[in-house]
Amino acid sequence: MAETLRPDVLIVGGGPAGLTAARSLRRLGVAGVLVLDREEEAGGIPRHSDHLGYGIRDLRSVMKGPAYARRLVDRAQQAGAEIITSATVTGWAGERSLLATTPSGRIRFDAGAVILATGARERPRAARMVPGDRPLGVFTTGQLQQEVHLRHAEVGSRAVIVGSELVSWSAVLTLRHAGCSVALMTTEFECPEVYAPVAFAGRALLGGPLARATKVVRIIGRNRVEAVEIEHLVTGQRRMVACDTVVFTGDWVPDHELARSAGIDLDPGHRGPLVDTDLATSVGGVFAAGNLLHPVDTADVAALDGRHVAASVVRWLGDGPASRSAVRLVAGDPFDWVAPGLIGDHMVGPPRDRLLLWSHQAQSFPTVVARQGGAIIGRRTLPWPVSPGRVFRVPWSLVRRADPLGGDVTIGLN
Amino acid sequence: MTTFGEMLMYDVAIIGAGVVGCAVARELSGLRMSVALIEARGDIGDATSKANTAILHTGFDCVPGSLESAMVARGYRLLGDYAPTVGIPIEGTGALLVAWSKEELDTLPKLALKALENGYDACEIIDSEAVYRAVPDLGSGALGGLTVPGESIICSWTTALAYATEAKARGCTLLLATAVTGVNVGDRVTTLETTGGQVQARWVVNAAGLGGDVIDRMFGFDRFTIVPRRGELLVFDKLSRPKAPRIVLPVPSSKGKGVLISPTIYGNVMLGPTSENLTDRADTSTTEEGFAFLLGKGRSLMPSLLEEDVTAAYAGLRASTEHSDFVVAASGEKRYIRLGGIRSTGLTASMALGEHVRTLLGEHGVTPGVRDVLPEPPRMPNIGEAFPRPYERDDLIDADPLYGTVTCFCERVTEGEIRDALQSAIPPRDPDGLRRRTRALMGRCQGFFCGAQVAALMEGPRAPAEAAHG
Ligand SMILES: Cc1cc2nc3c(=O)[nH]c(=O)nc-3n(C[C@H](O)[C@H](O)[C@H](O)COP(=O)(O)OP(=O)(O)OC[C@H]3O[C@@H](n4cnc5c(N)ncnc54)[C@H](O)[C@@H]3O)c2cc1C
Ligand SMILES: Cc1cc2nc3c(=O)[nH]c(=O)nc-3n(C[C@H](O)[C@H](O)[C@H](O)COP(=O)(O)OP(=O)(O)OC[C@H]3O[C@@H](n4cnc5c(N)ncnc54)[C@H](O)[C@@H]3O)c2cc1C
Repeated sequence: MAETLRPDVLIVGGGPAGLTAARSLRRLGVAGVLVLDREEEAGGIPRHSDHLGYGIRDLRSVMKGPAYARRLVDRAQQAGAEIITSATVTGWAGERSLLATTPSGRIRFDAGAVILATGARERPRAARMVPGDRPLGVFTTGQLQQEVHLRHAEVGSRAVIVGSELVSWSAVLTLRHAGCSVALMTTEFECPEVYAPVAFAGRALLGGPLARATKVVRIIGRNRVEAVEIEHLVTGQRRMVACDTVVFTGDWVPDHELARSAGIDLDPGHRGPLVDTDLATSVGGVFAAGNLLHPVDTADVAALDGRHVAASVVRWLGDGPASRSAVRLVAGDPFDWVAPGLIGDHMVGPPRDRLLLWSHQAQSFPTVVARQGGAIIGRRTLPWPVSPGRVFRVPWSLVRRADPLGGDVTIGLN
Repeated sequence: MTTFGEMLMYDVAIIGAGVVGCAVARELSGLRMSVALIEARGDIGDATSKANTAILHTGFDCVPGSLESAMVARGYRLLGDYAPTVGIPIEGTGALLVAWSKEELDTLPKLALKALENGYDACEIIDSEAVYRAVPDLGSGALGGLTVPGESIICSWTTALAYATEAKARGCTLLLATAVTGVNVGDRVTTLETTGGQVQARWVVNAAGLGGDVIDRMFGFDRFTIVPRRGELLVFDKLSRPKAPRIVLPVPSSKGKGVLISPTIYGNVMLGPTSENLTDRADTSTTEEGFAFLLGKGRSLMPSLLEEDVTAAYAGLRASTEHSDFVVAASGEKRYIRLGGIRSTGLTASMALGEHVRTLLGEHGVTPGVRDVLPEPPRMPNIGEAFPRPYERDDLIDADPLYGTVTCFCERVTEGEIRDALQSAIPPRDPDGLRRRTRALMGRCQGFFCGAQVAALMEGPRAPAEAAHG
């Protein structure tokens, strides 16, 4: 081991969540705040997301991803946080000790507290178990954007986009930039997954049709993609769509390797760490923030997680271990998960006083209901819709009346 | 090698650079003779040898007395000894054959006897409790098992590459992207028509795998017909590795070895293979039926495995024939050696087959003797999990910071390893070739994070200033 460093707080991941946590911790008076990122530059996913739509809730401005990433890096550094890049955290050496590989050797970090902010990634083709040939020309949005914006590589000329989440529209923009037309966008849902206005603006951009209730069932092409076979989920009808590029978008998984290898409890719904409203994990002094906890919300929400978790970490550094709450928030129908999954000890709300949920069904003007021990403890009708492929935000006040000793609280739709 | 004008002339030409052809090339190039290894594809080990379950078999369940039994038993020892000397990743995990029905349970004693007939005496029958102690995550209903402590997992990619690298160092000529399209057996030399021109050799070895019967017919024989038997496999996320401490085998049936669960040398867990006869010898696509079948098997074998994400799915084609044994013979008249129908155990048997070819040549009076000076065996990069990888080695990083520069995060492949592969004796031609040499791009993100970076490195090294940055 080349050396051991002893920061007060070690943050793994220098994306919006980690960088914002670092700045906030410094501003709350924590002396040694260190951010590690495995990339050559910190900033996380926005670094390659060369379009507007960043910074709205946290920086109160609208910027492009790369500029936003640089701003967050600058702000963290100006506040006195140290950032080490090209540092890949590979595992644990103790409860709050981590090991990293860097070009100047292996480093051990013994920290007072740890924040995991490792983000999320899209499920690639194999994880979605799409059979067929294995030709060139199959991407995730993440890879596509790096190919185009970082390497200026050529993609194909005719693409099929799998998914119609927010990120899928980002893929449309990138393909357009690269001069690749869209033959088809598919979604397994009956309705597209984004707000009508985005979808409306997007339709003009898309240029190709959107196939609903449709699944890609096979990829064809020995060397380069030649076509995909799609199936209509209701009629069962199948047909071929000629294309030379396939982009698998959305379908996020948290990058939870470090969390799992520490034995941290995971939420069975999103498979990120199970945290309370303090964003504390089941291991003392280890916290989590950002898309690792809610795959996937926008960058500003991840950043505001960072601000929130900083206060919790400061409390932990001062008071030490707190007892862990027993009230579990459970996703009821039609939700797959709710984050955070536990009500915290301090009875403070979650970041932005919002619970985040993920649904597999759409509904406008939804009425959300919270139940504990058979009784309804909260009910809200919300003006914004529930839609698959996009985080649904619910005011924390829905569960404020939860009894700390009353057992699980289930959140569902009326 | 002698040259007649433009013509290349060798003592031996080997057709096919799969793991078998490469092993033969390594063996023969250690002798005082000139050797050419001719491969249709752009890289060695790019056909069946890259898509198998990568188990070093003891041969406990072979047909006793068959050539395959002898070759597997011998190959097991030869490769087991060779692997550590050149750094082929290998891990002696052992296997457990599990009986799920009364009928299968009754078969175990017969299998133990068969193992003895195959010269393998370490098997032991254990009860259901011991089965679950050995593999706690197994699904319910296991009635008992047979241990096969010698079964090991190995890196099939490094194996073929090590053979070919050593063969090349010993002077073997490697002709890649060169397909043999015709054969003309002359009085003293055979002329091979290839897509790269004519190649002449005194002796020819047919190690063409799925194309073996085609080559055989070019020599005027009609000894066997290959039926490609597809095997689809699912590879699960590394986080599942603790669930598979050893190889879990089914009780073999008339239909073949059946579906197994195996740890991989790269730290994943594999489920498969299927077994399906095809006609298309190049169809390595995966199928809905295959996936559904494997998931069904997985659900009963180890239900918790299916909670993990699938990292990769692929298919390999076994070169099965109408014969139950390997189809191996030499024809002195045509100065030709056929290595046909090397179906399900060719990785294990490879070095023994190399040795066997040498014996067959000897029986036909070709006894050139060993070269006086042989180069040191190569040292292959470690891409397995059983030994420290570069990213965790301070000595390497101290000497060269590129071993501390992780490029592929999921598999923890460093820029130093990618550079080494690109500069190696047999460099990769495409991202898939790089993946087989370094593991780059084979992880759970499948290129989400590093795909573009790896592609850029393949196009050329970064300028030093850029590389030092960060
Ligand atoms: C194509 C696309 C378009 C998008 N468009 C928008 C948009 O317009 N507006 C918007 O608000 N949001 C958008 N988003 C979402 C936004 O990018 C994310 O919400 C945000 O990046 C999440 O921040 P994070 O800090 O949680 O994670 P990330 O940004 O993913 O950061 C995680 C960081 O952790 C590092 N890391 C992970 N593991 C390790 C380790 N072991 N060691 C060291 N470092 C590690 C990574 O290198 C990375 O830098 C988009 C996302 C995508 C993919
Ligand atoms: C699903 C599956 C699982 C398996 N599991 C195991 C296992 O666990 N352990 C084990 O020991 N074995 C296993 N095997 C078997 C093993 O993979 C094969 O026996 C072995 O790879 C065969 O090697 P080969 O060199 O004979 O064939 P190949 O690897 O197919 O090589 C033949 C080469 O010849 C070339 N060629 C063909 N025709 C021509 C031509 N006309 N001109 C030039 N070149 C030509 C091809 O391009 C190819 O590269 C498995 C096989 C499968 C399919």
